[in-house]
Amino acid sequence: MDLIDVHEIRVARTRDDIVLGESVRPLGGGTWLFSEPQPPEHTGFVDLTALGWTPIETTADHLVVSATCTIRELTDFALDPEWPAQRLFRQCAESLLMSFKIWNLATVGGNVATALPAGAMTSLLAGLGARAVIWGAEGRERGILVSDLVTGVRAIDLLLDEVIRSFEIPLTSLRSRTAFRRISLSNLGRSAAVVIGRVDATGECVITVTAATPRPVQLRFDSVPEAGELSDALSGYSDWYSDPHGAPDWRRAVSMRFAEEIRAELSAGTDSSTDTDSSTGTDTHTGSDA
Amino acid sequence: MKFEVNGEELDATVLPGQVLRTVLRENERYEVKKGCDAGDCGACSVLVDDQPVHSCIYPAHRLEGKHVTTVAGLGSPEHPHPMQQRFSDAAGLQCGFCTAGMVVTASTFTDEQIADGTDLPRLLKGNLCRCTGYRAIRDAIYGVTNTEVAPAGDSAGRSTKAPAGMRVVTGREQYTLDFTTPTKTLHLAVLKSPHSHARITSIDTTAAEAMEGVHVVFTHRDSPATLFSTGRHENRTDDPDDTLVLDPVLRFRGQRVAAVVADTVRQAELALAAVVVEYEVLPAVFDPALAREPGAPLVHGEKGPESRISDPSRNVVAQMHGETGDVDAALAASAATVEGTWQTQRITHAALETHATRGWIDDDGRLVLRTSTQVPFLVRDEICHIFGLPTDRVRVFAARVGGGFGGKQELLTEDLVTMAVLRTGRSVQYEFTREDEFTIAPPRHPMRVGVKVGATAGGILTALAVDELMDTGAYGNHGIGVMFHSVHESISVYRAPNKRVDAESVYTNNLPSGAFRGYGLGQVIFAVESALDELARKLDIDPFELRRRNVVVPGDHMTVVDPNEESDLLFGSYGLDQCLDLVQNALAGPPPADSGSLIGATPVPTGDQWAFGTGMAMAMIATMPPRGHFADTTVALNADGTYTIGVGTAEFGNGTTTVHGQLTATVLGTTPDRIVIEQSDTDVARYDTGAFGSAGVVVAGKALYAAAQKLKIAMIARAQAIVTGVGDPAQDPGVPVSTDLGLVDVALTPEGVLMPAGAWGPGRVVSAAELLAHGELRADGSHDGTPRSVAFNVHGFSVAVDRNTGEVRILRSVQAADAGTVLNPEQLRGQVEGGTAQAIGTALYEEMMLDGAGQVTTTAFRNYRTPKFSDLPVTEVLFAATHDDLGPLGAKSMSEAPYNPVAPALANAVRDAIGVRPHELPMSRDRLWRLLQA
Ligand SMILES: Cc1cc2nc3c(=O)[nH]c(=O)nc-3n(C[C@H](O)[C@H](O)[C@H](O)COP(=O)(O)OP(=O)(O)OC[C@H]3O[C@@H](n4cnc5c(N)ncnc54)[C@H](O)[C@@H]3O)c2cc1C
Ligand code: FES
Ligand code: FES
Repeated sequence: MDLIDVHEIRVARTRDDIVLGESVRPLGGGTWLFSEPQPPEHTGFVDLTALGWTPIETTADHLVVSATCTIRELTDFALDPEWPAQRLFRQCAESLLMSFKIWNLATVGGNVATALPAGAMTSLLAGLGARAVIWGAEGRERGILVSDLVTGVRAIDLLLDEVIRSFEIPLTSLRSRTAFRRISLSNLGRSAAVVIGRVDATGECVITVTAATPRPVQLRFDSVPEAGELSDALSGYSDWYSDPHGAPDWRRAVSMRFAEEIRAELSAGTDSSTDTDSSTGTDTHTGSDA
Repeated sequence: MKFEVNGEELDATVLPGQVLRTVLRENERYEVKKGCDAGDCGACSVLVDDQPVHSCIYPAHRLEGKHVTTVAGLGSPEHPHPMQQRFSDAAGLQCGFCTAGMVVTASTFTDEQIADGTDLPRLLKGNLCRCTGYRAIRDAIYGVTNTEVAPAGDSAGRSTKAPAGMRVVTGREQYTLDFTTPTKTLHLAVLKSPHSHARITSIDTTAAEAMEGVHVVFTHRDSPATLFSTGRHENRTDDPDDTLVLDPVLRFRGQRVAAVVADTVRQAELALAAVVVEYEVLPAVFDPALAREPGAPLVHGEKGPESRISDPSRNVVAQMHGETGDVDAALAASAATVEGTWQTQRITHAALETHATRGWIDDDGRLVLRTSTQVPFLVRDEICHIFGLPTDRVRVFAARVGGGFGGKQELLTEDLVTMAVLRTGRSVQYEFTREDEFTIAPPRHPMRVGVKVGATAGGILTALAVDELMDTGAYGNHGIGVMFHSVHESISVYRAPNKRVDAESVYTNNLPSGAFRGYGLGQVIFAVESALDELARKLDIDPFELRRRNVVVPGDHMTVVDPNEESDLLFGSYGLDQCLDLVQNALAGPPPADSGSLIGATPVPTGDQWAFGTGMAMAMIATMPPRGHFADTTVALNADGTYTIGVGTAEFGNGTTTVHGQLTATVLGTTPDRIVIEQSDTDVARYDTGAFGSAGVVVAGKALYAAAQKLKIAMIARAQAIVTGVGDPAQDPGVPVSTDLGLVDVALTPEGVLMPAGAWGPGRVVSAAELLAHGELRADGSHDGTPRSVAFNVHGFSVAVDRNTGEVRILRSVQAADAGTVLNPEQLRGQVEGGTAQAIGTALYEEMMLDGAGQVTTTAFRNYRTPKFSDLPVTEVLFAATHDDLGPLGAKSMSEAPYNPVAPALANAVRDAIGVRPHELPMSRDRLWRLLQA
């Protein structure tokens, strides 16, 4: 929809062009910004998509996904057989309510910055232990774990002059075994619970719950836990999210069930993503395995 | 900024903050639709450099040098894109408002994706269709042809195409706002009440009026003093006069406080913030049960009898209390009884085209309103009533309407536009946003329905009682009609010696409710059919059998609570018995190849968590609305041998236009493509009550059929006079003529009247031009909508329910419909599928949520689960073989009806599976999961 209070959109070509403030906000793909009325005080945008940031790069230790990498580019990135966890890219992208057409524009950074519980890029990056690189004014730069960056519903730990530059996914995470479950109130609807489990080479097991909670909830175990240990850890959590996409008591129940299923799957040592119902196009228990 | 659209360079001004869709429409690329303006529905889909995008969320400042392709750029009616041809051949559209986006999106699918099909749910998750239920869209994508070309004189009963189909699929068909007015159009925006109940104590518009581009700001001080109702019916006194164009008292959040007219939408919206208003906040009530308690805040307490509110001192807009026999005694003596209370939710129509009107003054100085309405004549009459205008000074018409479902039997935008046009003399437009559709357009009435039912051990009903409470919201509009209808066919379909109805329609400070497909029946049928299912369980009688033992059959009186009530409702035909058999047999037999999943074999889930069940329910509906429904139609012969029909009723995907063409072509020995249809315009027909109550075929269609019959006789008479020299060729065709010249072989053909050989010479065709040389040939036909017949629908489901998550998976969905003669099988199937789809949405997914203080919290499609491709099964559609004595060629109506039995059938199947009775809609996963925890 037209944003009636916007007077200026500046297209940034270099880092120096990224000048933000109370009234001038960053613009990624624009797919969220233009899909809802925005606060009248946001009268200007700085478009980040022409900065020429390489969408995805591999360094010695990380896969670096730029904030302006589109969801399409992320899912198109060639599968590396050494990285079993890479299938989460597609599973998470499919968990978004948005259509494949929106994938063409929506950016990974924009999804994380929107900070919706159903932000599947947050699920992905938090689940993989990624760190966000943040750029501030005057060349400032800092890093923060994605699981800490998103602090609540539509709340993110960024200063007014900061943007997300990129996400660094540790290659060790990509080499991990993972398991994934999601559900929504309708088959391909807005996620009500997304649970990701990961076991890395050291045996460390991380369970990340998103969509069912206002911000990512992460449980860390030295090794795949016993059922009781896991359920004790999760049942201590009480801030289950409530919105039109699911009641909190149900979200708690399905999240706990998924966590347990994931625990069982990971402790069985198999690297499967049982796709119980892809033939109906539904994905209530497991994402379709691409 | 320069970019290309469909191969043509466009040099357009792009304002910061604008999206591609706006820029395209500003440059008259009206084929690009606005369904939600939020990225959710896909109606605005276009290709940018060959990539499909939703143009409503594509920032326009990025357009420089880009190549944009719209649906009109893909192909034309003469040279359609293969995907356009497929949508046309498959009848893959109803209202067609989603079609541009569907076609553009599907045009990007690869052959492998289409051949495989299993990815379609994902590929189409960004494209909503409210009309079809997606089966026909799937067929279109697969390249299945569902339509046929009819021979001359033989189109009724065949699946001919919708006349506008090819125009729709190529983006050529105009909807309400798809045109350019000769003079620049002004735009209207509305300041909405932030309070659920308040009085405006002061309002200052000076600052807003001074803003750039603003022409006028209206407040309650400018409003006509005439009370009216936004709900429209044949008799205006059927609805309560409780509404003003602008009222100083605000009774729900979102009610109009002021209206700004400015050069652009942006200017009008920006000026709203500059209107300074002070309010006196009043106590409000949101729960209809509390609203009728003593001491509750009164919503229309000050209104007098002239408003026709049943009891303003109790917030009751309508009530009905009646009993035949003695229900309580009968229940006490019954072998088995069931008692329960069922609750339904608010549903938005989700017609993809929002409410909108553009108005202007025409060359004759008349007010013209082009509006997305189902009822142009009723709108005209009420606009004249409110503004004191003579009817010949107002023209109201609808272009193709992008979906209605009852939501456009309501006057929501026309009055403000009238006010603005009359004041400014300019063309003025007011278009609802999707958020408006959720927050201020009347949704389906939420109802609480208590049912008590008893039976003998042999399963014969002894008593049936209904206690209904409906939340009509802050204004009454359809709150009276819906209430009376809701307890009619739902109850009169059963024979029971003792019956009782207590129904009340109650004002609250929630947004007003309104007319919705089924008009109240669905809510009560959900309760009654659930109760009957429970009764069948108690008695251990098959639910189909329980129905057979208790339903009305021809000869029975259709009693609500007065067994002696006189009524024009008759059994013009009866197919309920067949429908029950058809569904029962279908469910008992093996599933046909195309059933269950839309994309191939239906997997039966495995695992302990899955519970399986089947369920059924039925519904009766009158074939027309009560209390009069009128249609005046004309058929005229044109010199080129085509015919022009004039009919007042509107086309919004209901398909009546197709049937009107078929009926006329059948009588006149021609093909439907030779029928020119002028419709939904107060200038082209004398009168039509409008397209609601599924009246398009049985009222307007019957009137047209009569008109065509008259024209046929007149044409034959004139041809005879011309050829034989007997009689006067110039005789007034309106006067009945004897055709009894012993000419059995006279026939109408597409070329003209075929006269056989005889004393006058060899046989020959008298062409249209020859006939018209002696004067015009035009006939009219009317129908008054009485007497009325009844139609029936039975639905059956088999389901699997995941006990862990509450997911319901539909394994089979079967509906049998008793529609009389089937005039267009593919279209009728589409109506049944579409009604079923909407009802599955109601049963499992959709829910408008309020915060308990009058604020709607689901304000966009993304927060409201309108069924997507991935949410719906194939519905097996079966037809009873009946012929109705009252309808045209034996046909009955079938637009609203298919919706009604679906939710209870699904609830009964779920009950069968999980052993717990759902009492509340939607049966969402979280709710079913919770039922299973108890
Ligand atoms: C139909 C539809 C369905 C959707 N479904 C989902 C869903 O299921 N789950 C979900 O989470 N979201 C969903 N969204 C919203 C989603 O977050 C965005 O569509 C998308 O991921 C945002 O990316 P973008 O690049 O378009 O961001 P934009 O719209 O450009 O920006 C979004 C926000 O992020 C900020 N931002 C953008 N880039 C940066 C950056 N590099 N650094 C700092 N801030 C930045 C912007 O200022 C803005 O506040 C949906 C949107 C639509 C239209
Ligand atoms: S109008 Fe663009 S997606 Fe609905
Ligand atoms: S035909 Fe799809 S919305 Fe009407």
